[in-house]
Amino acid sequence: MSGTLAAGAHGFLSPTGIEIAFLLVGLVTLGAAVLTVTTRQLVHAALWLVVALGGLAVEYLLLTAEFIAWVQVLIYVGSVVVLLLFGLMLTKAPIGRSPDADSGNRPVALAVAGAAAIALVWVVLDAFRSTWIGVHGQVQGSTKVTGEVLFRHWVLPFEALSVLLLAALVGAIVLSRKRRADERADEEER
Amino acid sequence: MHLVYPAVLAALLFCTGLYGVLARRNAVLVLLSVELMLNAVNLNLVAFDVWLRDELHAGQALTLFTIAIAAAEIGIGLAIVLLVHRNRGTADIDRLRDLREDANDPDANAPRPAGGDAARGEKAEAAA
Amino acid sequence: MTTTTTAALVPLLPFLGAVGGLLAGRRAPGLVRPLAVLPTAVAAVLAVVVAWRQGGGAPLEAAARLTPTGSVPVDLALHLDGFAVLVAVLVGAVATCVQVYSTAYLRDDLRYPSYAALVSLFTSAMLLVVYSGDLMVLLVGWEVMGICSYFLVGHYWETEAARAASLKAFLVTKAGDVPFLIGVFALAADAGTFRIDGIVTTAASGGLAHPTLDALLLLAGVAGKSAQFPLHTWLPDAMAGPTPVSALIHAATMVAAGVYLVARLLPVLAASTAAMVVLAVMAAVTMVGSGLAALAQDDVKRVLAYSTVGQLGYMTGALAVGDRGAAVFHLLSHGAFKALLFLAAGVVIHAAGTNSLAATARAGGLARRAPDAYWTMTVALLALAAIPPFSGFFSKEAVLGAAEHAARGQADGIPCAAGWLVLAAGLATAVLTAGYATRLWLMAFRGRGPEAADHGREPRAMTAVLWLLLVPTLGLGLAAWKLPDWFDGHSLAPAATTSLLGTGCALAGALVVLTAWRRVHARAARTPMGAVAADPEAAPAVSEEEAIATHEAAYGSVAGAQDPADPGRLLLGPLHRHAAAGFHLDAVVRALVVRPVLGAARLARFLDREVVEGYVRGAGTAPGLLGAAVRRAQTGNTQTYLGVLFAGSAVLAVAAVLVASGA
Repeated sequence: MSGTLAAGAHGFLSPTGIEIAFLLVGLVTLGAAVLTVTTRQLVHAALWLVVALGGLAVEYLLLTAEFIAWVQVLIYVGSVVVLLLFGLMLTKAPIGRSPDADSGNRPVALAVAGAAAIALVWVVLDAFRSTWIGVHGQVQGSTKVTGEVLFRHWVLPFEALSVLLLAALVGAIVLSRKRRADERADEEER
Repeated sequence: MHLVYPAVLAALLFCTGLYGVLARRNAVLVLLSVELMLNAVNLNLVAFDVWLRDELHAGQALTLFTIAIAAAEIGIGLAIVLLVHRNRGTADIDRLRDLREDANDPDANAPRPAGGDAARGEKAEAAA
Repeated sequence: MTTTTTAALVPLLPFLGAVGGLLAGRRAPGLVRPLAVLPTAVAAVLAVVVAWRQGGGAPLEAAARLTPTGSVPVDLALHLDGFAVLVAVLVGAVATCVQVYSTAYLRDDLRYPSYAALVSLFTSAMLLVVYSGDLMVLLVGWEVMGICSYFLVGHYWETEAARAASLKAFLVTKAGDVPFLIGVFALAADAGTFRIDGIVTTAASGGLAHPTLDALLLLAGVAGKSAQFPLHTWLPDAMAGPTPVSALIHAATMVAAGVYLVARLLPVLAASTAAMVVLAVMAAVTMVGSGLAALAQDDVKRVLAYSTVGQLGYMTGALAVGDRGAAVFHLLSHGAFKALLFLAAGVVIHAAGTNSLAATARAGGLARRAPDAYWTMTVALLALAAIPPFSGFFSKEAVLGAAEHAARGQADGIPCAAGWLVLAAGLATAVLTAGYATRLWLMAFRGRGPEAADHGREPRAMTAVLWLLLVPTLGLGLAAWKLPDWFDGHSLAPAATTSLLGTGCALAGALVVLTAWRRVHARAARTPMGAVAADPEAAPAVSEEEAIATHEAAYGSVAGAQDPADPGRLLLGPLHRHAAAGFHLDAVVRALVVRPVLGAARLARFLDREVVEGYVRGAGTAPGLLGAAVRRAQTGNTQTYLGVLFAGSAVLAVAAVLVASGA
């Protein structure tokens, strides 16, 4: 696979250009992610998440998986983050800096995350030191390709997933529904 | 492109999310960190799918599924967080410690014979 | 019905009677007495029939093997020879007499049903021992007898003395039974069978690997059961049981079982000269010691108990000189007259309201009030003292004759020393026996003073039995010329030398005591003594129970009394105190056995309480502390849990990678 490096220059950016772009966007993504988990302003955390997820969408594009990139933008940036913002609002999250955004577990969390990062990066580096991706063949994840694959080979999981989504929908409604007063009285009598 | 770039980025994102899950106090922020972890996995899936040039594009299909499941998870998770917040007045994870073992009084967690209205209300909610 | 079937019925009937008596005890009180007396009486009649049919001929053998029982088979075997059938007749007759006597003696006793059932069970076990041809089956009867004895000695369990005595009887006989059991196994291992005839054949042909060891182990059991020195101490104490029990178990039958067993197994013992010498020494010490102790006892029944020990000594002496005919002859005659003595003593105790000789010596008119007891007891005491022509004379002469025979070296394989020892001890004991018999008679019936409270006429059932037992006491001596046909064929007829010597000794002993009595008797009036329990309405047993319970309080000890009018006291002098206490053998046993055992028990208790329990408690505390430590980890904080979980998986992953990469 490493041989694909020598394939001719197709596409918008040159291979090195792609790499540079990937690295830069990756740094931005990582920085946004780090800010997401460290910022003391809760709403900012959600907004930094938007940056991180958007950065990831760009990475998907650079990896020629364009359908997934758009899905990422649509679902994550468009709906998940909005949901999270709603959640923050509904739980009366304080606006502005809150000093107690992190729990007392911070040192432990830092140690565990650091250890995991070192271990994972070390393993990944060790395993894929000389592996290259040819991103200059045909596009790997165009909408057409993805649609064909999805509805030819992955129909059954796809349908099962739809049922799961329905169940999640119903569950979320049941959980978050406010009970009526008379029902509550019944419960308490019991 | 070097495969190490997306792989390392995914690993670092995952660990960032891990840190968030472990360190954040607000339950919504914990969910948010979970999203980061899921996205790290997605990046890995896509990168390896592209590298392997899989005929079935299993990685990409799986990424789509993950995104869908993540959406479902965030919906349910937020519903639970809202419920907890409604009952307890807080969404701080480290204050939800009803199941702790009290070292001084081993029987402190035994069923209370006659709790106040609040306690009973809590129980009723928990039962629902 | 064949002879063997009849013989099988003999032990079976009292057993069924016992079962029936126990079942009927509560529901049908009217049935208890017939169920007690009738099976035993029928068994006695059947025993006579068996004896008649066997007729002293060749031994009858019958065996049934119910099931394989390991390397050495156990058979339900009957062995009917002259010894067995005659001893069975004695057991049946005495048991019947005792059952009849008990119906009156324990008339109102609440526990009479269980008492009668136990006596029946005992009778059954004894008959099993007598008829059994297999050592294992014999051992079953042997142990059943032991446990029945325990229960019956403790019949008056409200009394401290009875409780202690029953426990002592059980433990001391068990101390002998354990070596006995080992000896039985050793014998069976050598002979390859538990059948007595097989073992005897093996022993006679020199097939035993360790004849001396086997014999000594057996002797331990015999000493325990037959109350021979040094395991005899339980028998005098066992007199705390009801009188009929003493008559049946502790005079006529159970204590004779040891002698009977040695008689059956004599070839085994004869294979070892050392064992025979040990047996002779045991017999001699027992005879003389018990004679001295009997002279010092105050309780009528304890006098008789020590006398039983001494007479059993005569029997073991006869066995020690190798003449089992003489031993069993003495067993038979002694069984008859000693049962009579005990039953008559029961009547005397009831009539006098006390069991203390010191008290009866101060009460007049006892002979007139209980004439049946007076006359029968007089004859029985004459028989005990071996005055011709009563049965005791002939049987004792047979023993002394056999001893003299051995002393002159005319018995095969018996050392002369054993013969001399038994002969000398036997003659000395003849003096003592006549002495304590005379003392008993004088103090019981020749007392002077105010009459004791009247208990009314003695029950017919009790007195009739006395006259019945008088028949063998008078007439069994004549069997001396007939019995050799039934036994080994040795002559049992009295020889001139020993007859003269024995009778002379007996007369001398009686005269000495009579003289002493004349000298000290006047003091009786000056020193009033005694406590009399008068229960005219109650059953005879009640008087006895009260007498036993109060003896220690009234006279200072269970055994003796500080009576200056006692001829035995004058004769024994400073020895009296020790003789009354059984020569302090109990104290020696207490120091040598009981104290160390109690100490060991305390040690075991300490080890259990402090050491073992410490470990147990530690085993509980350590996990408790560990649990308390682990509980601290249960903070309820999900993030902590998750952090630990991820840290763990990170460590595992790193380890897995390291292992996979071979680092």
